[in-house]
Amino acid sequence: MNLKKILIIITLYVLSFNGAYCLEPDIFVQSTVNRASQILSENLSKEEKIKQLKSIAKETVDIRGVGFYSLGSARKNLNDDQISKYSELFEAYFLKSFSSRLAEYTNPEIEVKSKEVLNNNYTIVNSLLIGTSERPEVKIDWRIYTKDPSNPLIRDLIIEGLSLARTQKEEFASILNSNDGDINSLFITLDEFSKSN
Amino acid sequence: MFRKLLIIVSTLLLITFNANAGSDGELILKKNQPSEVKDCFEKLNRATFGFNQALDGVLFKPVASVYRVLPSPVKTGVSNSLDNLSNLVTIPNNILQGELKKAGVNTGRFIVNTTIGILGFVDAAKYFGFPDYEKEDYGQSLATMGVGPGCYIVLPVLGPSTVRDAAASLTNFIGGDAWYNVTVNNDTQYFSDFDYYASRVTSGVDFRAKNYDAIDNLEKNSIDFYASVKSLYLQDRQQKILNTNKIIETQDDSDWEEIETQ
Repeated sequence: MNLKKILIIITLYVLSFNGAYCLEPDIFVQSTVNRASQILSENLSKEEKIKQLKSIAKETVDIRGVGFYSLGSARKNLNDDQISKYSELFEAYFLKSFSSRLAEYTNPEIEVKSKEVLNNNYTIVNSLLIGTSERPEVKIDWRIYTKDPSNPLIRDLIIEGLSLARTQKEEFASILNSNDGDINSLFITLDEFSKSN
Repeated sequence: MFRKLLIIVSTLLLITFNANAGSDGELILKKNQPSEVKDCFEKLNRATFGFNQALDGVLFKPVASVYRVLPSPVKTGVSNSLDNLSNLVTIPNNILQGELKKAGVNTGRFIVNTTIGILGFVDAAKYFGFPDYEKEDYGQSLATMGVGPGCYIVLPVLGPSTVRDAAASLTNFIGGDAWYNVTVNNDTQYFSDFDYYASRVTSGVDFRAKNYDAIDNLEKNSIDFYASVKSLYLQDRQQKILNTNKIIETQDDSDWEEIETQ
């Protein structure tokens, strides 16, 4: 095999690698909302919709990252066992909260409008939830974690400029403050929420 | 009335001179960070919040549930009329913030919408290409002059606020709101107290109806609803003060930077 052939093979390999593994954040968001929208518009029971939405969330949201962000500076004081327990409780809490929020909507139409690259790790994707007779048009921005460009993940939803992750972080801080910083109180609250109907 | 207005303007200018030394965008942003606003009266605030929730359950929510089934053009018209009236507070605040061009645009908007738009029912200015409307109030003006928010407070009926914003809103009742002057202060014979209070209650119902599902959803999925409302209110105020709805202008990205999961 001469050098020219080797170069062609390497070039083709690199091209195919980039094409297959680099997922643009705006395309990732549009494809995610299309999948969720399809589930919500299908004639399924609420339980089935929630089950499928949870599956999408597990694939597309950086649940572990959002969990650590929500914990704020308290995460620095946790030991390995507590981190492991928190991650487990947070995932159950997050999936329940996320899916039951979404399951209330029927056939939401979201259009991705633009994107803004903040740095190598983050891109903000701007989208619009189309208004209906009952609900005004809503701007939704998505904070996408792009450190691994082949596997972008959602880290925050910013609705009309209001960050859900930041709200959750302040909610967790409030629970910790009301209980003298005792992490177990947050564990109990998360567990109770996940187990409630 | 003119004398009262002069006193208000002089007071605000004095506050500005005292506060202006360090008032650049970054400082304003920092001062109004939700995490920087102290909840000094948390027990009282939570009790008032509970009272407001009960009031919402028996009054605002039932009325909003009826209001939201009205035909869309009626709801849009009511919302437009309320926005039009709010220009009467926005315009003096545009001036206080040094935004003279915006004050001119909003004055034009008010004239067009009140006349061609039939007392504001139709947003005629939008069809003439006026830019999107941004409400301003006396709390925002004080903030842009460098005055910090003070403690977070929950007011009975009116809901979340800060010491600065609550104190600044008193300006509306001592001459700073032309709509209040012509209704409650009876500067003319054409309006009555009822017109003012009806507009305020309608404004509350309109807000509740627009956010009907969102509020219910938030309440159902919050582990501390009080803390969620506080956070959302303070984020919203921070954006309004900076006149932006871009998260990247209000959120410190370093909050996220040290979290590595990939």
